[in-house]
Amino acid sequence: MHGFANPKRFLSIARWLTPLLLAAGMLLTGVALTWGFFFVPPDRLMGETVRILFLHVPTAWLGMGGWTAIAVASVVFLVWRHPLASLAARAAAVPGFVFTALCLITGSIWGRPTWGTWWVWDGRLTSMLVLLFLYAAYIALAQAAEREGVSPRIPAIFGLLGAINIPIINRSVVWWNLLHQPPSITMGKSAIDAEFLGPLLLSVAGFSLIFGAVVLMRMRALLAIIQAEARLRRRANEVAG
Amino acid sequence: MKEALDQWDFVLAAYAVGIFGTLAMIGWSWVEMRRAEMRRDKARGR
Repeated sequence: MHGFANPKRFLSIARWLTPLLLAAGMLLTGVALTWGFFFVPPDRLMGETVRILFLHVPTAWLGMGGWTAIAVASVVFLVWRHPLASLAARAAAVPGFVFTALCLITGSIWGRPTWGTWWVWDGRLTSMLVLLFLYAAYIALAQAAEREGVSPRIPAIFGLLGAINIPIINRSVVWWNLLHQPPSITMGKSAIDAEFLGPLLLSVAGFSLIFGAVVLMRMRALLAIIQAEARLRRRANEVAG
Repeated sequence: MKEALDQWDFVLAAYAVGIFGTLAMIGWSWVEMRRAEMRRDKARGR
């Protein structure tokens, strides 16, 4: 793991991995959404709106997955002090925020014809909204820490504390069984019909690859900014010296 | 009174928001990465 923390080695891998993940992710997502939109039959209860789930479920999982990535990268940064881990946490925050926002919007659009309301203060919806606010706070905190020269340990600690919300989101449909349905897919079993499960799993895989590609792109951008600033500072010191 | 909602309108809206949002995020991240890497290469004198 220490070997991959080397920025040079990271860049040599990220340069070919980024377009590969992006192309594979867009292809899988395109196939999954086309399959879900045109070729899946309407559900007995949800009707045509079942098609929205091929977007809503992957974005929900990746919203939670994004913060899990932030928490893991924060632990790696706090324990082993890998600077790349801090960049990885910051890079996962923006796609995590976007996917959480898309999850809430698509869920709201699904809820209107299915539940008869755009929003309800249900445990799952509320904890996802809290996750969106946590992402916004983390992004602002990480940017402020960089701008003010504050230790990156502060956003890392915030990333760890915010992870408390992930099991709350996961268990919310069990603890407060209000309007959102209980989990349809659990370890090793699924309550979803095979006709819907195929495009759903393909969509999850595709969106996950896109998420990985975006994290790599944002890590490369953050690393390039640090390297450019270091270079300019060194040059300024040479001129002054 | 029961509302007459066309479910396809909601499906189309969700797909439009989801696809546009994802593509916008990819495009923005790509542009930021390319811009930062070009600035770094310029600073290196390449």
